[in-house]
Amino acid sequence: MSKTTLLLSATLLVAPVFAQIDFSGEWAPLYHEDAPERLPGPELGDYTELPINDAARLRADSWDADRISVVEQYQCRPHGSDYSMRGLGNMRIWRDIDPATERLTAFRTHMLAWDSERTVYMDGRPHPPEYANHTWQGFSTAVWEGNMLTITTTHLKENYIRRNGVPRSDQATVTEHWMRHGDYLTVVTVIDDPVFLTEPLVRSDNWYLDPGQHIGVFGCEHAPELPRPEGVVPNHLPGTNPFLREVSEWYGLPYEATRGGAETLYPEYRQKLSGYKAPPKCDRYCTCTTLFDCNLR
Amino acid sequence: MRLITLAIICGSCVWSYACAQDVHVFPVQGNVSMIVGPGGNTTVQAGKEGIVVVDTQTPAAAPQIMAAIRTLSARSIIWIINTSLDADHMGGNEALIRLGGSTEASERARVVTHENVLNRLVAPGAPQARVADAANSSSRVADAASINDTYFRSPKDFLFNGEPVMVYHIPAAHTDGDSIVLFRRSDVLSVGDLFTPDRYPLIDLADGGSVQGLLDGLNKILEIAVAGKYQEGGTFVIPGHGRLCDEADVVEFRDMVTIIRDRVQDMIKRGMTLDQVKAGKPSRDYDTQYKGSPDVFIEAIYKSLAGRKP
Repeated sequence: MSKTTLLLSATLLVAPVFAQIDFSGEWAPLYHEDAPERLPGPELGDYTELPINDAARLRADSWDADRISVVEQYQCRPHGSDYSMRGLGNMRIWRDIDPATERLTAFRTHMLAWDSERTVYMDGRPHPPEYANHTWQGFSTAVWEGNMLTITTTHLKENYIRRNGVPRSDQATVTEHWMRHGDYLTVVTVIDDPVFLTEPLVRSDNWYLDPGQHIGVFGCEHAPELPRPEGVVPNHLPGTNPFLREVSEWYGLPYEATRGGAETLYPEYRQKLSGYKAPPKCDRYCTCTTLFDCNLR
Repeated sequence: MRLITLAIICGSCVWSYACAQDVHVFPVQGNVSMIVGPGGNTTVQAGKEGIVVVDTQTPAAAPQIMAAIRTLSARSIIWIINTSLDADHMGGNEALIRLGGSTEASERARVVTHENVLNRLVAPGAPQARVADAANSSSRVADAASINDTYFRSPKDFLFNGEPVMVYHIPAAHTDGDSIVLFRRSDVLSVGDLFTPDRYPLIDLADGGSVQGLLDGLNKILEIAVAGKYQEGGTFVIPGHGRLCDEADVVEFRDMVTIIRDRVQDMIKRGMTLDQVKAGKPSRDYDTQYKGSPDVFIEAIYKSLAGRKP
């Protein structure tokens, strides 16, 4: 056996037996999915495609957008790591390699939005106990499934699954599947929330490799923006939110379909919408490609 | 040998955060740790001068709580602070002093409460039984006897283990004798049952509680707490029951109480009776998230706001 063959054999013996795709790099989001929700932001009262329960629906109905201004603690509140993957800013991914073993121990991400940083542990460590504190990014561990990285995240702080007040609880477990196809990254996110969802919410988002991008510093400082009495929390009393039918009227959707729920996710639901006619033309958020060129009515 | 034993116990408890029999030690920040036990959460600050304990849980849990404290320090308990008169917050006072206090009579642990706690415990006609499980409960007389250091001017403060400890009175909230404790250098608040992130708060009207006082107390916590970058970390908040939290978690809880208060207030304005308010389920969008009886919570808010019985 030659020295070269021996060296090659030794190398193969110590190489990981499982797949290790490298996700490292600068990634920019693609907005061909759910663009109106992700860029200009969701309409008030739009709960379409969400398998929410009655509690989540009323919570969202009661939500008043003034809260993110009036309640100072909301002003600099970041997205949860599940919502960050909706691609509301660019992302950097890098790896931690144990120099002693050359094994991958973690992936790390940095998001433009709120400078959010996250660690996805690959070293088999357990999740913290239930009485540990929760964070916006949560606690993430991952395993390989072929070339796909499957991430499990717990210990998330309460946040939203849509930026119009539809809540996601701190008891949710989020599963992500990262798949790389050359210069494209697909992330499928599955949210299990026993508090607000009747079945898992599955969404996908895509990113493309953009080595030339530069992620700036986000920066945020909360401050009183309005004179107000102490402890005011803007909210709509049940049955009084005047904005809930706007999305139905603007998009020509049946009101009951905009209220969400698992049933509305499936093709069979169309049979319940007999008599529904789609509007002749789109005239709201029809041409969005970025945050700034949307066609508002 | 003692140090080696302590190190072994610490090692096994700290990484797994688990000790035997459902009592867990969780390091929080600085000199402060949280002990999660059957009666809720106990806060411990430990250093060269000894140990501060906030809330002592029940007499039955005291041996386990003391064993957990011993994983943090071998020194004596010098201060005990009770955040309210609840049996699961002060029932273990005497037992912990017996198990972990100094044997010197002159160094008997100081047990601090707001004076309203003592007043209520010794009030004529006060019930003796503190909780339904009387076998594991202390009596009001025993709890009152354990208190030797009441305060009436807020905040009460002292320096211990090189750290300012601030005890603030929160009037008419969960009860009228509630205290919250700030460990100023460690930047940790221990707030008792003013804040219970996994369950509806108990507004004990019979012991002087009120919904507005509870909200004022929650807003006081938010005033004291300083969040870290982008509303995370910074001041940690140890609740009476439930997981370790920070300012953002208190905001969610405060918002819940405020929004339900607003709804009940509106229903009262419309002339609805307590039964009608309960039937309207004004907390129904929170009932899947918070443990405890929504009806008990709604009734306390209603009576607190209406100042009347149905």
